[in-house]
Amino acid sequence: MKIAVCIKQVPTREWQPRLNDDKTWIRDQDASFEMNEPDAYALEEALRLKEKHGGEVVVCSAGPARVAQVIREALARGADRAIHVEDDGLASADAFVTSGALAAAMLDEKFDLTLTGLQSDDQGFAQVGVILAEKLGQPHATIIMEVQAEGGTLRVKRELEGGWFQWVAMPLPAVLTIQSGINQLRYATLKGIMAAKKKEIKKAGVPAGLSGKQKIASLYVPEKGKKTHLITGSAAEAAKELVRVLREEARVIA
Amino acid sequence: MILVIAEQREGKLNRTTWETIVAAQQLAGVAGGDGTIAVLVPGASVAGVAAELAAAQVKEVVTVEHAALEPYTPDGFTAALQDAITQLAPSHVLLPHTYQTRDFAPKLAARLDRALLTDVTGIKAAGAETAFTRPMFQGKLTADVVPQGPAPHFVTFQIGAYRVDQVAKGAAAAPVRALSVTVDASAIREKPEPPFQQAKQAVDLSQAERIVSVGRGIKEQANIALAQKLADALGAEIAASRPICDAGWLPMERQVGSSGQTVAPKLYLALGISGAIQHLVGMKGSSTVVAINKDPDAPIFEIADYGIVGDLFEIVPAIIEAVKQ
Repeated sequence: MKIAVCIKQVPTREWQPRLNDDKTWIRDQDASFEMNEPDAYALEEALRLKEKHGGEVVVCSAGPARVAQVIREALARGADRAIHVEDDGLASADAFVTSGALAAAMLDEKFDLTLTGLQSDDQGFAQVGVILAEKLGQPHATIIMEVQAEGGTLRVKRELEGGWFQWVAMPLPAVLTIQSGINQLRYATLKGIMAAKKKEIKKAGVPAGLSGKQKIASLYVPEKGKKTHLITGSAAEAAKELVRVLREEARVIA
Repeated sequence: MILVIAEQREGKLNRTTWETIVAAQQLAGVAGGDGTIAVLVPGASVAGVAAELAAAQVKEVVTVEHAALEPYTPDGFTAALQDAITQLAPSHVLLPHTYQTRDFAPKLAARLDRALLTDVTGIKAAGAETAFTRPMFQGKLTADVVPQGPAPHFVTFQIGAYRVDQVAKGAAAAPVRALSVTVDASAIREKPEPPFQQAKQAVDLSQAERIVSVGRGIKEQANIALAQKLADALGAEIAASRPICDAGWLPMERQVGSSGQTVAPKLYLALGISGAIQHLVGMKGSSTVVAINKDPDAPIFEIADYGIVGDLFEIVPAIIEAVKQ
């Protein structure tokens, strides 16, 4: 089975946001980056499917030159080769542009299955996988917690809200968006890191005529909905004061 | 005209539809246009749901009934709604940001080559344009976003961003009419099986008066015991954010958030939880929220009534001591 995994590079969880001068995007140069967490689970699922059914895992990423870092990491974990759609404008692209750029680079590869995370930890559109399926003319399912691929058909466990699930069957080729927690992630071994250096990363450009469908007019630190009473002091002092306010002000503990 | 797509399953309305109608009523006042709202109800048999929604102050309720729309499939919904939207030519198409919407709305918007803004929490005028507010970077930042290109613009609203009790009801029931659409049932590629619950929910957190909830800040499984001690001291149930349950440190049935339980206790004490949107939607109905986190910029503090910035491994034992006194 020939499997594509679309991964995105996003700021780390520890990153403290800083805005650019016109306050429409972040200061990229101040951020440190990592693989989008749901995409890491998609990669792991692809590697497990390959181990079971054979074939190849190809990492596809759309972004500026810096995304080579997460591509190398994916290759080190076991992906066979990569396609990097490289353009500085992709750093802040919307889901239409990202999926359009990926679809153009992926179309001729004729993948049997495409996996990606259900959404990204940066813009959080939750759209790229689904739009990609539409552009590739393939069926899809979202928020997937189990994948069974036997004899040209796919049966997947889709997460619904509130602890409910549903199995959905569909023909291959198809696109799935993967939920975090579907599997246990592996980490790259030293051998994998060395092997990754020899693996192919094919560069592709953004096709002409792709324009965004949403514009960020302004980006800012959220306004607080509630006024938080911040309790300061040593751990013992703060704990004592917290217990006092929960008893006397909020009256929520005995 | 602003079109709201209602969500229902087997004749039972998803209440988030009412929240989306509230958003539509606000948008009608901001966006100009003719200010009219229509509610579209897709499904196999939706007369009851349509009658229920007709209580809203809207111009009309439009039913789109087709056997191929129940059970839900993305192919079936995209075909039916593409046809309906082309016939109705709305300025905006609004939907609740449910898992079902997330499954088909990007496909529908892409099919029509139109903008889709997701997880929106607010609407504001931005000069002559309308901007939609949405969280970015896990809630660390907020963006005002303006859709580009021709109408209709698709917008999905975060669950809980608008309150059902704010909905304007009409003096009389809105008229209900049927719209016929073409769906080729044989072209539907997805074959869904009936929904099921993984394990019977042994723990009903929705009834808990107090909850101590743990997030990534708890660092390792062995530290769950510390949170449990605090829960015992406070007479609380223990719960967690998604990564903790994914790691198997607490059972899935103790997960709070969009994919777990929705809770509204008197006290919600969040230990080392940053406050990603997916978690907040499950607990923001809590009366009193306490956040303990080492990161002063963690989004959880935006909805916390009381906060302590610091090391939970020092603070939690101190709270357990203080409660005993």
